[in-house]
Parts: sequence; C-alpha cells; structure tokens
Amino acid sequence: MARARSRSVSTTAISALPPFQRFLDAHRDLVWRFLVRAVGHTEAEDCFQETFIAALRAYPRVRADSNLRAWVLTIAHRKALDAHRARARRALPVADPAAVDGRQSASAGMPDEELWQAVGELPARQRSAITLRYLADLPHRDIAVAIGCSEEAARRSLHEGLKKLREVMPA
Amino acid sequence: MSDRKTDYRTIETALRRRAAQPAGEGSAGGARAGRGRESRGAAEAAARLARRMADEGLADVTYAPAESPFGTLLLAATRRGLVRLAFPEEGLDAMLEGLARRISPRIVEAPGSLDEARRELEEYFSGRRRAFELALDWRLVGPFGRRVLGVTAQIPYGGVLSYAEVAADAGSPRGHRAAGNALGANPMPIVIPCHRVLRSGGALGGYGGGTQRKRWLLELEGALPPAP
Repeated sequence: MARARSRSVSTTAISALPPFQRFLDAHRDLVWRFLVRAVGHTEAEDCFQETFIAALRAYPRVRADSNLRAWVLTIAHRKALDAHRARARRALPVADPAAVDGRQSASAGMPDEELWQAVGELPARQRSAITLRYLADLPHRDIAVAIGCSEEAARRSLHEGLKKLREVMPA
Repeated sequence: MSDRKTDYRTIETALRRRAAQPAGEGSAGGARAGRGRESRGAAEAAARLARRMADEGLADVTYAPAESPFGTLLLAATRRGLVRLAFPEEGLDAMLEGLARRISPRIVEAPGSLDEARRELEEYFSGRRRAFELALDWRLVGPFGRRVLGVTAQIPYGGVLSYAEVAADAGSPRGHRAAGNALGANPMPIVIPCHRVLRSGGALGGYGGGTQRKRWLLELEGALPPAP
C-alpha cells in the first residue's frame, strides 16, 4: 500500500514537469528583466544563456511540485554573482549605472528609472533582494532560497536596501 | 521637495511601478509584449539559446513545425533521429506533454535540427520522393508494434497490404486486430507508411489522421485512382 502510494506520487511528479520549452517561454521575460537589472544589458545575454543551460542540465531532477520560478531565479542570481566577481577580477567598476538600461534614453529622466539605477548601485545581496522582491514579486521565503540565506537575513537585506534607497532618493 | 524622509511605501510603489510588465511572465511566448525592447531582448536571447541547446546536443528532444498539404505537421527528433510526427489536430501541447512523459522533459524548439525531415517530407508531398532516408528513433514503439511497423515500413511506394497480411508477416497470423491497433499507434505516420495497409476486401479501413488523408496519400502514390 505504502509502496504503491509512493510510486503513484513520483509518477505524478514526473508527468507534471512541463516540457522545457514551455518552462523557458514562461520564465524568459522575468529572468531577462532580472538579469538586466542585476548585471546590465551587456552581460545579461551571457548570464541568460548560462542560467537556462544550467537549468536544462538539472531539469529532469527538479521536483515538479517545486516553485520553478524561484528555482530559475536562484540560478540567475548565482550567474549574476559570478558575472560580478568576474568583473571585479577584471578591475572594472562593480556597478556601472550606465550599463543598467543605459540605452533607454527616453525614460532616463523618469524618477522611477533613477530609482532602479540606484538599485544597481546597492551591494549585491541587497540589490538581489530588492530585484527579486519588486521585479519578480517573490515572497521573502523564496528570496531567501534564491540568495541562499535565512528568511530573516533576506528580510534584513531587503530592509537595508530600502533604507539606502530612501537616503539617495529625493521625495 | 527634497524631503529625505521619503516613505518606504513610496519607494516600494515606485519600484513596483517601474518593474510592472504588461507581458506577464505567465503567458507563453510573451506575445502581448507591451514593453517592446526588453521583451524582444528576451525573445531573441531565448531563440539563440534554443538553437545552441540543439546544436550542442543539450536537449533530449527537439521539435519544429513543418508545412504540408494537411496543414502544419509537428515533428520531433532525438539524437538518434525522428521520433514523432503529429497531425495538426493533435496539438503542440499534447505532443510535447506526451514526449516529456515518455522520453524526457528536456525538450526545446529547434527548427534547424529537423531540416532534413522537413526537406524529405516536402519532396514526398510534391511527388519527387518515393522513400524516406532520414534516421528514425523507434523508442516509442513496443516490441509487437516494432514487428508490425517494421513490416509496414517495407511496403513500397504505390503498394498496399491487408491487415491480415501485415499480421502474418509480423509473425502473428491471427493478430490482425492487434496489428490494426499497432498501426493506429504509429508515432510517425506518413514516414512509416501505415496508410498502405487496407482491409482485406480493399476497403480503406481506419487511419489515425482520418480516412480522407489516407485516400489522399494513396492517390498521391498511385495506389488508388484519383477521385473524380
């Protein structure tokens, strides 16, 4: 009885995992926006490719009932951190506000855009927390999973990030 | 104007407003792209990605549409070769879900990987090809089906066999009903020519893609006289 039940559970899990292309279609815009915010347009392309190739490799082992959105953003967050580290090794500025939507001149004067540029200048963890919260709309629990910290630490990063933004933003 | 005590809520609202995207990430393909550039950037990056996944053999299954006189067929291949051909009415989602369940969920759309299959089908439909040469992956066919469809694959262009003859050649002379089921479960119709199997009296019999298509194919091959 117990065996039969566990087998039917695993069968359900396997059959519920969507074909990868559907998973890619469903999350590509979100991952792209996250990466543009996190590393800028220039590096978003490489990070995007690496994120989804890593996801493809691991895909058959993912539990179908897991939060696929949080899962792929976890990978994207790691790839963004890798890109930051690589950039730091190349001794270039860690956060280049111009790289974040630099070509979007039409909205350059918008206060909201300046706000996101300020997000780009936050320390990596705070930037990720803010981006995952307000761009990807992830709950604290999933932000913690994505960043790889406790829920409490995720809350703190978010709060510290908001505090810094409040200091730099005019009313 | 430069009140430093901007409320958190104001900042949160501004962050959300700027992040808001009309093309919801839940909608497949993000076709309703309101924020053009970012969505286009994502779409282009995703297309390059799918090509790379196919080129580097990272995906277990690739698929692509193929235009035909029957409408848009759906083709799917593994590293071994063509594994599925679906008529339009089956629907892309149904085909992909079946492949995800039976082969692997690592499925991406990659037209380039099916160029050969598309070319041979196009030649066949235009009457310029009498036999398919593309590699086939038989993994969706069971042992009995393999025998039945193996016999079927040997029926030459323009020829026909009866269900009873196919069953006999497959080694189960009394299994013509089972043979009929195996033919109905053909994962690669047209390419494995199950349309060349008819009832013993010469009646058309059934066809997974509809008897009208069966008749059309047999007329194309000259096995049936063209309809008046």
